[in-house]
Amino acid sequence: MKPIVSVRDLTVSFHGERAVHAVNGVSLDVMPGEVLGLLGESGSGKSVTLRALMRLLPKKRTRIGGSIEVAGQDVLAMRDDQLSNMRGKVVSMIFQEPALALDPVYTIGEQIAESVVRHEGKSMKEGKERALEMLERVRIPSAKRRLDAYPHEMSGGMRQRAMIALALACKPKILLADEPTTALDATVQIQILLLLRELQAEMDMSVIFVTHDLGVAVEICDRVAVMYAGEVAETGTLAQLVRDPRHPYAQGLLSSTVLGATRGEKLTTIPGAPPSLSTPPQACSFEPRCRFAVASCAAKRPPAVALGERRAARCIHAERTADEKIATLEAETA
Amino acid sequence: MFVYLAKRLLYTIPIVFSVALVCFMLVHLSPGDPLVSILPADASAQLEARLREQYGFDRPLPVQFWIWITNALGGDLGNSIANGRPVLSEVLNAVGNTLLLACAASILGFALGMFFGLVAGYFRDTWIDKLATSIAIAGVSVPHYWLGMVLVIIFSVQLNWLPAVGAGSGSWTWTWAHVQYLILPAVTMAVIPMGIVTRTVRALVGDILSNDFVDALRAKGLGERRVFAHVVKNAAPTAIAVMGLQLGYLLGGSILIETVFSWPGTGFLLNTAIFQRDLPLLQGTILVLALFFVFLNLAVDLLQAMIDPRIKRG
Repeated sequence: MKPIVSVRDLTVSFHGERAVHAVNGVSLDVMPGEVLGLLGESGSGKSVTLRALMRLLPKKRTRIGGSIEVAGQDVLAMRDDQLSNMRGKVVSMIFQEPALALDPVYTIGEQIAESVVRHEGKSMKEGKERALEMLERVRIPSAKRRLDAYPHEMSGGMRQRAMIALALACKPKILLADEPTTALDATVQIQILLLLRELQAEMDMSVIFVTHDLGVAVEICDRVAVMYAGEVAETGTLAQLVRDPRHPYAQGLLSSTVLGATRGEKLTTIPGAPPSLSTPPQACSFEPRCRFAVASCAAKRPPAVALGERRAARCIHAERTADEKIATLEAETA
Repeated sequence: MFVYLAKRLLYTIPIVFSVALVCFMLVHLSPGDPLVSILPADASAQLEARLREQYGFDRPLPVQFWIWITNALGGDLGNSIANGRPVLSEVLNAVGNTLLLACAASILGFALGMFFGLVAGYFRDTWIDKLATSIAIAGVSVPHYWLGMVLVIIFSVQLNWLPAVGAGSGSWTWTWAHVQYLILPAVTMAVIPMGIVTRTVRALVGDILSNDFVDALRAKGLGERRVFAHVVKNAAPTAIAVMGLQLGYLLGGSILIETVFSWPGTGFLLNTAIFQRDLPLLQGTILVLALFFVFLNLAVDLLQAMIDPRIKRG
């Protein structure tokens, strides 16, 4: 099977008053019907990567390198009209804060219909019919009445459902989700995740789901890419990453959550802070915070070490498991 | 919507009353005796006392206010001291002319301001933005009586294209014979609201464009033209509110322009009333202008509520 999204050595840097190298050599593959989670903390470049897939970054200040192929087309080579033909039709996006991502002065129905009119050349009336159909599909109660509602008249969860209805109105092949549940409270969060999972299976979509929440990733993802300082630290299936993380950052991330922790025991944290991204990385970006770091880590960038099919970690110690590494470390200090 | 309308209408009652009180007080607290200007210098004390009684100036101020306000409610604002004609018809006549001038200037200023503001905001930090912003700054900075005189010198004196003063003879018609009188004062008057609207809309567009929903609009495949249409609709309520206030200023604050162009509006009338110490005329004009302001704000609020759905529920 050929991947529907294929990103190679993506670099994104912003040049304003000061330069920020937000994404530094990211490679990703997403298969049709697959849900990939981009997991990482704030500033790890996950949202920027997502926006780069649709070229939604400010043109003037952004430099993009590498290659992005979506549904067989080179996104970086597209003209503006080709780009807007693709957006919403082939690739759609849902946002973190639905209250801000919907236009406040248009009704929900108008906003969904607008997309249908744009991509399928239908009339506004047909567009409204599709909007109603979509609102029912995302299970908004009394959908007919909500068609003429403005975003501010709906609750947060309802707005996110409407946003999903809008994004899926033209049956895209790929859905990009930028932390769509972060702004919602926990019970609504799980409802939205279940809905997304269900729609993804029904419509056989690929999803790239950005989140900083491992618990959310566990609910929805098939595969996960852990990002750190604009690089993919480790990729693999969800199970591989949760059970046997190989990159020290992924290991640290897992042991700092309540997943699989013992009650009464303190959670471990990763010391230090992520690096400044004002220059592109010359060495391993995690080296200053890594307890397993050796001299060569600071000397050059580690390669992405392949650990099987579609599994890799950008660490020179990637061949060894966490327990093995800790054992070696303890033997040395003893 | 109906409840909102009723509520806003009720609010206007105390406002109108306070406005009437304040403008009565202001006129009476300011120095100068209205009778001095109409009495001959050698008038006897007896004549002065009789006139004073006739106009009611000898009564206590609260009583004068009560008489004035009850008459005003009945549509009688008294007679002008200077020419004896009823104040109401004088004022209404002038209001018509002022309204004409202010509306023409507002439409012009609003249209230009929206255009420059939207373009400047959309093409921020480009030469287009710099050009539009410079025009806006020039607009609010240039003293408009000066601009009026310069325009008169160029278009009336040098080129002889347009008349310099007045509003034409006879009652107003929408023919070139009358419209040509409107052009110079309207252009002069439009310059300030144009500048203010431009600056407001430019900042507004900057704000709107930084919203997530603009990315979301692009993400659903809309072209820049559609995105721009969304920006315009988002900017409209605030721009209209600003323009409503400007229209209020234009209605009340056109004394300089109306004087420069001898345009027979309320400003011109006010100017005359002040210099002649014509108290009934002055009070009446100020009251009518103040009422204008109140109802204009009401109209703007209603218009905004119609465009922006978020306001209605508030």
